[in-house]
Amino acid sequence: MRRLSKTQLVIVLLVFVFVTVAIVGEYFLSRSRRLVLSTTTSTWDSGLLGYLLPIYEQRYDVKVDVLHVGTGQALQIAQGGDADLVLVHSKELELNFTSQGYGVHRIGVMYNDFIIIGPPSDLAGIRGLTNATEAFRRIKTAGDLGNVIFVSRADKSGTNLLELKIWSLLGLTPKNTTYSWYWEAKTGMGNVLRICNEKLGYALTDRATWLSFKNELPNLKVLVQNDSVLFNPYSVILVNPDRYPHRNHQDAVKFVKFLISVEGQTLIQDFKKEGETLFYPLARDVPKAVELGFENQQEELVWYDSHT
Amino acid sequence: MTMYVFLESLFNALRLFFLVNPDVLDITLLTLRVSGTAVLLGSIAGIPTGAYLGLREWRGKKTTIRIVNLILRSIINTFMGLPPVVVGLVVFLLLRYEGPLGFLGLVFTPTAMIITQLILVIPITIGVTISAVGGVDKAIREKALSLGATNREAAFAVLKEAKIGLLTAVIVAFGAAISEVGGIMIAGGNIWLKTSTLTTEIVDAVQVGEYELALTLGVILLAIAFAINIILTILQIREAKH
Amino acid sequence: MTVSVEVQSLSKLIPQKTLLRDVNFGVEESEVFVIIGPNGAGKTTLIRLLDLLDKPSKGRIKFANTEIKDYSPENLVKWRRKFGMVFQRTVLFNAKVYDNVAYGLKIRGTDDETIEKKVKTVLKLVRLSGFEQRHVHTLSGGEAQRVALAQALVIEPELLLLDEPTANLDPANAMLIEEVILNIARERKATVIMTTHNMFQAKRLADKVALLLDGELIETDTPEIFFNQPKDPRTLAFIEGKIFF
Ligand SMILES: Nc1ncnc2c1ncn2[C@@H]1O[C@H](COP(=O)(O)OP(=O)(O)O)[C@@H](O)[C@H]1O
Ligand SMILES: [Mg+2]
Repeated sequence: MRRLSKTQLVIVLLVFVFVTVAIVGEYFLSRSRRLVLSTTTSTWDSGLLGYLLPIYEQRYDVKVDVLHVGTGQALQIAQGGDADLVLVHSKELELNFTSQGYGVHRIGVMYNDFIIIGPPSDLAGIRGLTNATEAFRRIKTAGDLGNVIFVSRADKSGTNLLELKIWSLLGLTPKNTTYSWYWEAKTGMGNVLRICNEKLGYALTDRATWLSFKNELPNLKVLVQNDSVLFNPYSVILVNPDRYPHRNHQDAVKFVKFLISVEGQTLIQDFKKEGETLFYPLARDVPKAVELGFENQQEELVWYDSHT
Repeated sequence: MTMYVFLESLFNALRLFFLVNPDVLDITLLTLRVSGTAVLLGSIAGIPTGAYLGLREWRGKKTTIRIVNLILRSIINTFMGLPPVVVGLVVFLLLRYEGPLGFLGLVFTPTAMIITQLILVIPITIGVTISAVGGVDKAIREKALSLGATNREAAFAVLKEAKIGLLTAVIVAFGAAISEVGGIMIAGGNIWLKTSTLTTEIVDAVQVGEYELALTLGVILLAIAFAINIILTILQIREAKH
Repeated sequence: MTVSVEVQSLSKLIPQKTLLRDVNFGVEESEVFVIIGPNGAGKTTLIRLLDLLDKPSKGRIKFANTEIKDYSPENLVKWRRKFGMVFQRTVLFNAKVYDNVAYGLKIRGTDDETIEKKVKTVLKLVRLSGFEQRHVHTLSGGEAQRVALAQALVIEPELLLLDEPTANLDPANAMLIEEVILNIARERKATVIMTTHNMFQAKRLADKVALLLDGELIETDTPEIFFNQPKDPRTLAFIEGKIFF
């Protein structure tokens, strides 16, 4: 066997170092206690979790891995056994998730609200309405006349599902193939807002994303808000420990307890963007929670509070 | 965006960079670790395979051999252009808890991202190696044989001539790996400070309108690509000087 | 030790063409055998067959009275390790002169010290002393071909195959290479088979000359007979310059 040349030696060394680092790194990652939270983009992109999690992680010495995806995918990941709990906002999908036995102890944590934005010229004439359904009806009318466009996320996100629900109240299931004024963007909220800003379109958006993008959207204004149909409650659901015994049930419960504690709820209320609160506490306001679709809020609150 | 706004963003991006946000450093290191490992393993697997395919005699009299060669090359060429998101999806479906390899517990880990990039990078290293080896003067092999080399030794002589081409294979692979985003986002899950890379964070930052952060990460990505290419160019110039 | 070479009824066919037809000749140990012929006669084809780089379509090749029947890679390497070959077109490895010349010894497992000594000696022989660290891309055509000759000589071949080694060189370089060949012949270091299209070179170097025309070996003789009383009218025509190339 001939001696190795200098280059060969360097290559062998590099391989060795890389593989070692990869293996050791993976080992340390898997060793620390971790909690996998599957959630929607809004909770992450708004910065809420980036603000809450370090407090929790430091106190309980648990790392929280956040998978921030669309509501549908967030539940799908949990259903596949790859997450410990979900934080989402789509009542229908959530109830489906729990009724099929994938998740347990669904509880309302907070809510934010949706708004309808559009160009100040407002050719659909919806400014100042407090009835989102009526606003949508006017947008359709103006759209049919070729005066306005509406941009939909069309990505099965919670925002998208709410939008489709409002259309369905009008007996409509719009598609870009049926209405030329209805654009299916199939993208995130930020992109939809950017499209609206360029094309002077209308859209349904959550307030958080609107606030973080507002400065870059000179051609858009808030036109409709404060309809109860526009309130958007977030719930957490634990994955069913009987069905997913490999998941970290214990830390998941602890995390929810933190979120719904008086301290957690205060932290949520104190999280502000541009001086505005983005998420309103809901967990301990039982009547409001019931109104927003959490019929079992009281029981779940008791269950979590009594769990040690 | 006007030029002014662009320059202002760029300036702020650089300022952010020089403040050395520790998270940005972590993300950069993870990016290098993932792409570096994938390219290293990909080269270890791909270069010998490419060398074997490029060097073996396909001039067999039998048409079947020629057809096998044709099919093989077509497959490699197709795989060189494999859509990263598809690879990421397949890796995710294999590694998820309910997938056939779920017991490994690798879904949403850097290892899952390395596997994704490895699959993307291997056909690239194979393909570039095949063409590098094919570009070597056929007379080199016979020269070595005439000096008493075995087939294997002659093959090594050809590989040595293709040195720059092999280096190019590694660089091209690295470029593809480090700029990849769709695949690792699906397989890695884009978990902040665990499986988030420069590219996935750029996507995220744009999504929430943080253009300055996005641009910072973009500048770092560019700087890495630039540094790697400087090394390649130095080697190329050194080789060409002779 | 050197080897004798015998070629019997050697033919090389490709689909549309006969490159060599029924070639016969014998070369004794330590002899210098020069094959002369115009461009396209089949000289390269023949030399390649002798270096076992190609397989004959018909006929036999014998080295030291052993017929080559087994064209397996192992057997070919075994025989080639006794041969040195210089190609018509200069081919060198993209490396320093030293590494080029040392290559044949390295793959034979020779130790570094011996390699260094032998490379030095052979470079002196081809008048390239001190060129060890030069990269081959910095060499002139003549220097490069002399490196190629040194590559073939450093392994101390029993049979030296030279395919028009001076075809593209200026007279000074050609003379240098001829001197090296004469030196080998004088010291009976190797059997030499070389091709050329240059009659005067054949006259100067050959123990035996053969004329190859259109893939056929016309006549084999000592230089005296070949150039003074050729048996075949085509040989006469060739040496009188009536066959152009
Ligand atoms: N692979 C090949 N395909 C077609 N023709 C060939 C091939 N190899 C050699 N020839 C032809 O055979 C003849 C002899 O070639 P060669 O042996 O190179 O001649 P020489 O070395 O005497 O100039 C030439 O006419 C050449 O074009
Ligand atoms: Mg020739």
